[in-house]
Amino acid sequence: MKVEFELNGEVKEFDVDSGEILLDLLRDEGCKSVKRGCETGDCGACMVLVDGRAMTSCTLFAAQADGKEVRTVEGLEDELAEQLKESLLEAGAVQCGFCIPGVLISAYSLLSRNEEPTKGEIKAALDGNLCRCTGYVKQIEAIKETADSIGGSSNGQK
Amino acid sequence: MDKNKSDELNYDVVNKSLTKVDGTALVNGKPVFTGDYDYSNGLVASILHSPKPRAEIVNIDVSAAEEVEGVEAILHQGNVERVPHTTAGQGYPEPSPYDAYTFDSKVRYVGDRVAAVAGESKEAVKEGLDKIEVEYKELEPIFDLEESRDSSIKIHDEEDSTGIYDPERNIAANVDIKIGDPKEVISQSDVAVESSCRTQFAQHTPIEPHVTTAYLDEHERLVVKTSTQVPFHVRRILAQVLDMPIGKIRVIKPRIGGGFGVKQELLLEDVASLFALRTGRPVTMEYSREEEFNSSRTRHPMEVDVTLGATSEGKLQGIIMEVLSNTGAYGAHSLTVLSNVGSKTLPLYNKASDLHFFGDAVYTNLPVPGAYRGYGAPQGYFSLEVAIDKLAEKVGKDPIEIRKLNHIREGETSPIFEKLGEGKEGTVQHIHSCRLDECIDRGAEEIGWHARDEKQASKAHRKKGFGLAINMQGSGIPLIDMAAARLKLNEDGSFNLYVGATDLGTGSDTVLSQIAAEVLEVDLDDIIVYSSDTDFTPFDSGAYASSTTYVSGNAVEQAAKKAKEKIVRAFTDLNDEDPGKVELSDGVLIGEEERETLSEFALSLTSGELETDQQQIEASASEVPEESPPPFSAHFVELEVDTRTGEIDLQKYVSAVDCGTAINPNLAEGQMEGAIVNGIGYALTEEMKFDSSGRMTNPSFFDYKIPNTEDIPDIEVILVESSEPTGPMGAKSVGEIGINGAIPAIANALRDAIGVEFTEPPFTPEKVWKKMKDERE
Repeated sequence: MKVEFELNGEVKEFDVDSGEILLDLLRDEGCKSVKRGCETGDCGACMVLVDGRAMTSCTLFAAQADGKEVRTVEGLEDELAEQLKESLLEAGAVQCGFCIPGVLISAYSLLSRNEEPTKGEIKAALDGNLCRCTGYVKQIEAIKETADSIGGSSNGQK
Repeated sequence: MDKNKSDELNYDVVNKSLTKVDGTALVNGKPVFTGDYDYSNGLVASILHSPKPRAEIVNIDVSAAEEVEGVEAILHQGNVERVPHTTAGQGYPEPSPYDAYTFDSKVRYVGDRVAAVAGESKEAVKEGLDKIEVEYKELEPIFDLEESRDSSIKIHDEEDSTGIYDPERNIAANVDIKIGDPKEVISQSDVAVESSCRTQFAQHTPIEPHVTTAYLDEHERLVVKTSTQVPFHVRRILAQVLDMPIGKIRVIKPRIGGGFGVKQELLLEDVASLFALRTGRPVTMEYSREEEFNSSRTRHPMEVDVTLGATSEGKLQGIIMEVLSNTGAYGAHSLTVLSNVGSKTLPLYNKASDLHFFGDAVYTNLPVPGAYRGYGAPQGYFSLEVAIDKLAEKVGKDPIEIRKLNHIREGETSPIFEKLGEGKEGTVQHIHSCRLDECIDRGAEEIGWHARDEKQASKAHRKKGFGLAINMQGSGIPLIDMAAARLKLNEDGSFNLYVGATDLGTGSDTVLSQIAAEVLEVDLDDIIVYSSDTDFTPFDSGAYASSTTYVSGNAVEQAAKKAKEKIVRAFTDLNDEDPGKVELSDGVLIGEEERETLSEFALSLTSGELETDQQQIEASASEVPEESPPPFSAHFVELEVDTRTGEIDLQKYVSAVDCGTAINPNLAEGQMEGAIVNGIGYALTEEMKFDSSGRMTNPSFFDYKIPNTEDIPDIEVILVESSEPTGPMGAKSVGEIGINGAIPAIANALRDAIGVEFTEPPFTPEKVWKKMKDERE
């Protein structure tokens, strides 16, 4: 069947099988930031933004993306995203890096909605992103750091 | 030893939390992992796993599977050479038995290999696997560890396996080391205590499952791109299994998505290679999460019994440690993990003069344990540290005091170092750096140890508890493992650094680059690191045994020193300077006559103006460690137990670690934090469960619970830097030690909170509640 959705800013038409999973379609399209870690929606390595919300692409049929806006880390290059990437690197929050695209998606989604999240809110936003390397400590720090710097700059503008 | 050396560290690149050299690619989601590469004309392949715990394969009929459109090749015991080998990626000669076969006529656990199918698509492969008809003759399995040694069932009765300690009794490996007469000493001592702890099957769960692509290059050489911790061992074992010269095989490790020991193993590479050789096409194999649980590797479940004898003052006199290790269906790492239960724990308490360490690693028809961060030490420390707390209580001393009275110190040694190595005798070793007392003191301060009796639980139905555990690990395997490094000067004064060392996410590429940059007095950006490619990088045993920073780091330091010397010598010769009067400092070569930047000089070395004096400056070095200096750590936890539900609220976890100089403090902290959380999962939630037929019943992240962000307490890691004189710039390794503390520290805190001894993790609310109920009754 034909589905049409916006992938990283570009509206595209895809010919998909009815059972095709969005994760597979995205990887076939070259979006390799979308990782396969479990295929049961538990690890979060395949997270993408669907209409701005962080969702696991392994639990979505490709057809469910029809008419929606899908963004992967390949298409995440605005100021917030770049700030997040820098904070994650600076904090030492990236070890093997396999979970990081999913973490970025969750963090981006959170900070898009909530510029000043508490530590509890950050933990809640990231509870679907399993990481076995870092123990999450520096990931949480990095997101708090990003929020502080963004909050700081917008406060300055006010 | 200068105890305050860490305060005086004066490095430009080392001891700085620089960002990872591969970080930008990773954070941008670039296609850098094994599974991210696309191959034209590529095939995919999967394995048919055994549904039976123990059976003979009477017949395999692949005719229907071969008919499936898109199926290109099928492998099974009938068409693959039978070569006894070990899947354990260890130094040659391997200390593990040769009891594994690419395909065998017998299956020994649910999840064992039966056959494999390669095809054009996942769908074709799946259909092919479904259509393979296997006739099994079921055999009685054995799951119980205790029963296995006395059972009439022989799990490895094949004639061609070698290196099994006692196949008649299902014993894969045995260790028995005695120093003095601890039984007599303990019977004569004022105080004796015992502990008996049993640990569970637990999985590493790197978020990237095992994935491998094998293909033939344009010269028909086999290339294997794989998610491994041990590319050189993989190449050697492949050569053995495939009966090919080592030189015809190239193994490449790209970025890999975590390992923790589960990738110190040949798991998919042999099958993918066979398919590539037979079809001539690139073949990719990737485990699903379910396969990762069922058919990769696990931590060895163990029963560890400890008996301590001490004076009435609490000074240890004798320790007996008996281990029964479950090595599942195959003996990968069976001997060495078993050895490490003692060799990484008993030297910590070297005040005990008389020691007995003994045990067996026993086969069962369950999944296969292997290498897992800590490598036996977590199991040993659990029982040992629980016993030490009981001793403290018995002699009326604070748990801190009892440990300080007995732990090893600088200048001291333990006979265990010499008696017990990795599968053979060890090496004499003295401790040159140990700031464990400071680790204990700073950790105690951070957790509020000395004011703990004043702290109340947050609610009336909760009980508060504090617990402590100390431990050590090692830094590499002395006189066995080897690492090499090579540096090449480029025309702009930058350097290519080639290392066989394997960065599995730990940041070793960064750490090793920092060491090279420091010696060569250039920026980190001037080091271009390339690692883990058997064609282009020198040998390295691989990423295991906490070896990379220490062993590979020493190789890099030496190679960099040699490169520097060569540069200085070339400058001296070309400019007729006096030998010994030229310096390379901050990127500038300074002689008495001439002065030139390194980049100008490097360019001139390949300039035609030099005519026959042109040269490529390169240097390499090999490092074989003679010692394995232990990092030390102290772990403290604060928790509350809900007496109504048995729920544990882990509130704070503090760990102070002496890892020598932290080459990159951020990355060292990250190693600790990750290991601590992994240990917390092992202590509180993680357990592979099996039904009565040996089938794992929870092979998913939904049912096998690893910690997420909501499960972690406040975690504080304190680096207590010492300076290890044998380490690169004073460094020791820190990759594993952090996982040793969680189970004993939490068990000790639980006993502190509710007065009940916990000996079988995971400490689930159900278990805690039941124990409290039993205690009341």
